[in-house]
Amino acid sequence: MPAIEQTVEELVQESYQHGFVTDIESDTFPPGLSEETIRHISAKKSEPAWMLENRLKAYHRWLTMVDPEWAHVEYPEIDFQDISYYSAPKQNQGAKSLDEIDPQLLDAYNKLGIPLDEQKALSGIAVDAVFDSVSVATTFRQNLADAGVIFCPISEAIQEYPELIQQYLGTVVPYTDNFYASLNAAVFTDGTFVYIPKGVKCPMELSTYFRINEAKTGQFERTLIIAEEGSSVSYLEGCTAPMRDENQLHAAVVELIAMDDASIKYSTVQNWYPGDENGKGGIYNFVTKRGDCRGDRSHISWTQVETGSAITWKYPSCILKGDDSVGEFYSVAVTRGMQQADTGTKMVHIGKNTTSTIVSKGISAARGQNTYRGLVRIGQKAENARNHSQCDSLLIGDKCGAHTFPYLEVRNPTAQVEHEATTSKISEDQLFYCRQRGLSEENAISMIVNGFCKEVFNELPMEFAVEAQKLLNITLEGAVG
Amino acid sequence: MNQMKTNSMLSIKSLTVDVEGKTILHGLNLEIGKGEVHAIMGPNGSGKSTLSHTLSGRDGYQVTAGEALLDGEDLLSLETEERAHRGVFLAMQYPVELPGVNNMTFMRESLNANRRARGEEELDAVSFIKLVRAKASEVKLDPKLLKRDVNSGFSGGEKKRNEILQMAVLEPKLAILDETDSGLDIDALKIVADGVNALRRKDRSVLLITHYQRLLDYIVPDHVHVLANGKIVRSGDKSLALELEDKGYGWIEQLPETAAGASA
Repeated sequence: MPAIEQTVEELVQESYQHGFVTDIESDTFPPGLSEETIRHISAKKSEPAWMLENRLKAYHRWLTMVDPEWAHVEYPEIDFQDISYYSAPKQNQGAKSLDEIDPQLLDAYNKLGIPLDEQKALSGIAVDAVFDSVSVATTFRQNLADAGVIFCPISEAIQEYPELIQQYLGTVVPYTDNFYASLNAAVFTDGTFVYIPKGVKCPMELSTYFRINEAKTGQFERTLIIAEEGSSVSYLEGCTAPMRDENQLHAAVVELIAMDDASIKYSTVQNWYPGDENGKGGIYNFVTKRGDCRGDRSHISWTQVETGSAITWKYPSCILKGDDSVGEFYSVAVTRGMQQADTGTKMVHIGKNTTSTIVSKGISAARGQNTYRGLVRIGQKAENARNHSQCDSLLIGDKCGAHTFPYLEVRNPTAQVEHEATTSKISEDQLFYCRQRGLSEENAISMIVNGFCKEVFNELPMEFAVEAQKLLNITLEGAVG
Repeated sequence: MNQMKTNSMLSIKSLTVDVEGKTILHGLNLEIGKGEVHAIMGPNGSGKSTLSHTLSGRDGYQVTAGEALLDGEDLLSLETEERAHRGVFLAMQYPVELPGVNNMTFMRESLNANRRARGEEELDAVSFIKLVRAKASEVKLDPKLLKRDVNSGFSGGEKKRNEILQMAVLEPKLAILDETDSGLDIDALKIVADGVNALRRKDRSVLLITHYQRLLDYIVPDHVHVLANGKIVRSGDKSLALELEDKGYGWIEQLPETAAGASA
């Protein structure tokens, strides 16, 4: 099928849109990781002693662990002594308003289409902008505070709301959880903290925009979202990085906690630099995301569109503790060039009448490798638990791969678990059909791919759905004509 | 044979086509005038589908000799979608399913791609909906099918009617219907035939490719041709189709001109 291959070759050569570097003076630690590094990070953040203790505990735990090898991805051994664990734009320290922020930084975010000026911002969306290791600005904080919502950098929350942090941080993803989660617990530098009080429907969409700029640094951010009884929030995150020849590590931890009748919707559009078509450079995106449906009738929904990163390794999961709680996972993962993705979810049913839904759409083009890995576990006491999983893979060209590893553990006979999986190729028949009607091959591919992803895009907030669709077109369509 | 009709829509001369190294069409000649309906009948393996795929520009059909002109323009050097832009429409024997792609969106994108290529203005969503509703009622297609994904989960009859609806929307100059009657019961066949008849115009030609005579009871052709072994071996009017129905294809195979390599 020469026509398809030719188009795929052209698609693959499409360049990355956010690859610029911001030339800004930064305060960057020399590469290396030791107890000293961690004390240094903690001191930079003027953290209380308990926080430093938590970090050191995690560090010592991490030293006893090994990099996991079970994922269907390949990469050379990471030299953790060759990474800088802290980098912050110099002039930003202590900026209290936008006027005090380096214009170069504002400019960088403008270029990315994320204006931090509230006047120019997308209406109804508040943004926390994280640049390398620190949060540089958080918009609409006052509007949110009026509604009782806390939306701030997590480093600030450690100072301002230590009781909330001590009560909740690490309760969903403990520092012992896995290799990268332990590393994150030891060295995380910033991230976002959200607290929605009882009964409050958050009046705006909240979002964090992560940008890696400095070379040779790792980004280790930590996000914690707490939705109290009867509250609800929709949160979005976006990610980009410059084009660099060496690989960079991004190891984040996200924890969500939903109490009785609370609902959290967490959406991600991940577009880290994927490396060039020969696999040089790109971000290693090794992330632990987990939501805890702690309360009855609570609801946590993950939606992700993963188009970037050289390697993606993440499984946004739900622990369905509360009775009648609901967990959802909607995912589109695209791999092209030499990209590798091993992603999926875990749905752990503990409470009665818990329900989970998994919809995963994997798209592989060129030499991309795409793996869905999912676990559905129905515990002994989870009466009448239900799960529906649907995993679809779409192959474009004949050098890519799709793999599905669904794991099921059912310990209660009343459970209803359904798993559907399909693998399809954009067929020569489909392309001929579209072209016979007058559509170009690129339009045909884009239409079929968007159709394939529709169920997931429908779950994204409106602005993001449009964004995601555009991104997918850029990622898969691009350079032709 | 070499006289070119002044009202020629499609003119095929000495068309020779290989598929996977094997010659399937052996110097085929065919003239279709504007507004005419021609039927091509023939046994399985005679080259009927090869002809429809070659004319519409499918990959894998190697033209080794001959030419095909649409309204005087060389068709064979154009890309598949360019032929569509010039007004070639193929109603397929097995319409393809496009899961997740809305039927209405698909038709609007197709129509607008054609309009753009012809330098015409695109239709906006509202005008398009009006157009497609009118066309759907013209070919008696349940408007509910417009909201579904392209051919996804459609019955055999619905798929074929959806092809006719697309034809109505795209308003081609040359419509090729490749075994549109296959797999249809008599009621579905009548509806499809009514749709095609409703779309007959002075400036639109139709090429019906069929194995059976029964479609021609409902769409009455101006000319009937018999294809065997990659060549047209008999041409005539509607009565030729009835003769074929009577005698079957066996006698065709016995004709001296049917033998491979014989000159037409």
